[in-house]
Amino acid sequence: MTAINRVRRVIVSPTVIALLLSVVLFLIGGVIQPDFLNAAQALNIVRLAAFLGIIAAGQTLVIISGGEGIDLSAGAVVTLGAILTFMIGAGQDSNIPLALAAVLGAGLLVGVVNGLGIIFLRIPPLVMTLGMTGVIQGTILAMTQGAIPGRTPPGLAGFINGRFLGLPGVIYLWLALGIIMWLLLERTPYGKQLFAVGVNRRTARLSGVNVPLVVIATYALSGMLAAFGGFVLLGFTQRVFLDLGGSYLFPSIAAVVVGGTVLAGGRGSYTGTMAGALVLTMVESLLRAMRLHEAYQMITFGVILVLLLSIYGRQRRNQ
Amino acid sequence: MSRLGILLRNHTWLVPLLLLAIAVGVNVYLQDNFFMQRVLNGNLRVMLPLMILAVGQAIVILAGGIDLSVGAMVSLVNTVFVTLISADSGGLELAGAMLVGVGVGALAGAVNGLCVAVLRLQPIVTTYATSFIFAGLALAILPRPGGSVPRDLTRFYRDYILEVPVAAYGIALLIILWLLLRRTRFGHHLYAVGGNDEAARASGVRVGLVRFGSYVATGVFSALAAIALTMSIGSGNARIGDDMTLSSIVAVVLGGTRLAGGRGGAIGAVIGVAILSIIRNIISFAGIPSWYQTLVDALIILAALAGPGLVYLIRRQRNDGN
Repeated sequence: MTAINRVRRVIVSPTVIALLLSVVLFLIGGVIQPDFLNAAQALNIVRLAAFLGIIAAGQTLVIISGGEGIDLSAGAVVTLGAILTFMIGAGQDSNIPLALAAVLGAGLLVGVVNGLGIIFLRIPPLVMTLGMTGVIQGTILAMTQGAIPGRTPPGLAGFINGRFLGLPGVIYLWLALGIIMWLLLERTPYGKQLFAVGVNRRTARLSGVNVPLVVIATYALSGMLAAFGGFVLLGFTQRVFLDLGGSYLFPSIAAVVVGGTVLAGGRGSYTGTMAGALVLTMVESLLRAMRLHEAYQMITFGVILVLLLSIYGRQRRNQ
Repeated sequence: MSRLGILLRNHTWLVPLLLLAIAVGVNVYLQDNFFMQRVLNGNLRVMLPLMILAVGQAIVILAGGIDLSVGAMVSLVNTVFVTLISADSGGLELAGAMLVGVGVGALAGAVNGLCVAVLRLQPIVTTYATSFIFAGLALAILPRPGGSVPRDLTRFYRDYILEVPVAAYGIALLIILWLLLRRTRFGHHLYAVGGNDEAARASGVRVGLVRFGSYVATGVFSALAAIALTMSIGSGNARIGDDMTLSSIVAVVLGGTRLAGGRGGAIGAVIGVAILSIIRNIISFAGIPSWYQTLVDALIILAALAGPGLVYLIRRQRNDGN
């Protein structure tokens, strides 16, 4: 590849387009609502995007793995993670490690069940993870029986919302996750195998990749990352309710797609998803700042989402 | 392939029908007045709107798509319909409002079809995006739940003709409508496009047009579902359809339709809705503590979804053993 091609590819990459778009949207926000345009607002939007971005990390992996991969249980797992942290954390910082372990364990369990169902029972991912959503919600109801005892550990809330060198803790967490995800996808055998599986399962298998293992591991990772997202989100909301995570489910998928990861699998990046989360959060904040009626906010959000998707959500044309 | 295998392949609704029979058996055992006219009518009335919606979802899934906006379309048409009529609307006014409702559904479906078939956007995310547009429009039309429907209309929906519940006629009509649709050229092409779009294109099927048509049909069925739902509940609510989207997909899959498209049918979807509804009945009559009901419901549904896979797994292991 020549240097010019490489530069061109970086410039027109979905990540860069999405990032530029967020800046443009932010400036448009300033034109419409002059008090929108300030550093505190920008920081706030990045902070809100961090939660969506963290929750969308696992979704990115699952979608890259192909085979119509999608994780519709992510929303319920986010709620489960937040509730476990709330109950086990019980307002004590000393309980945070135990709560985190339980959260990751629960996410792992859900993800492995999803993976097993998809691989061995050949249930389409959409249906399997949709079915698991009901099971998780049912488990939460049976477990809490309507009353959720507990409290957010103050240390968690302090870290997520507190400022370090001027930035909220969650932004550092997001950047760290971004680096880990980049290393995972670009510098580990798992990452290579994941893309291979996403492009074509048969050729991946023929070239020695253990396809079932990679797919199950991917859903397991997705479960763990979503549950971790719930853990982080609790630090922000500091209270739990039954559809806490549900409202992040489809935005997380949209963030992945807007970030240039192809739903058909085999191509994508987490940096794209990060930029996608930023764009979606920017649009939402902008609409809120315009103080439109909720109905018109929804309509505008839908129209913008369709426009964003038509920029790079297009399917490859049949040959 | 064995003869049984061929039979099951050609009639994908046979296994779901067996499941339904088992579910009804359990239900009758737990609730001895199940077949009483009044109880049966109550069940059918609740099922009909979701059945109509599931038929719409089945059509778009057969053609290889999926529609996450059906619930929002139901909300939209419900609010449009309720806004156009009042408690003392006459027959002509009602018919006009229904026609407008169906038109709105078709238009909404056309928007989806345009995005997926013409702009070639990915169905899952696109119909999720358009669901915001439709739900937002519904909320703009009817910001607060309300509105009223002529008493005669809701009474008719609950009524009987020749001792048979009106809702049962609705279900029969729905199935006839589907059987007619399947015999048309559009019906054949739905299967062709969903099964293998390249082959369909090569044999002269206008794939894009069929895909577009499948979304319009889904919009129309969503509108019909909304009208039935409005007759059932007698008022308007901009969030009424929110929970129906995912149920419609589960019903289609339970009914034996392959999510990848090309195989299955709307009769299975109708049976799928009946199964979902009967499972809920069973759970409430089995004396399961209320906090565990959702979990039991979800586990049964997951088991039903996993059923064909389990059969496949066992068969494969047996073959490996030989």
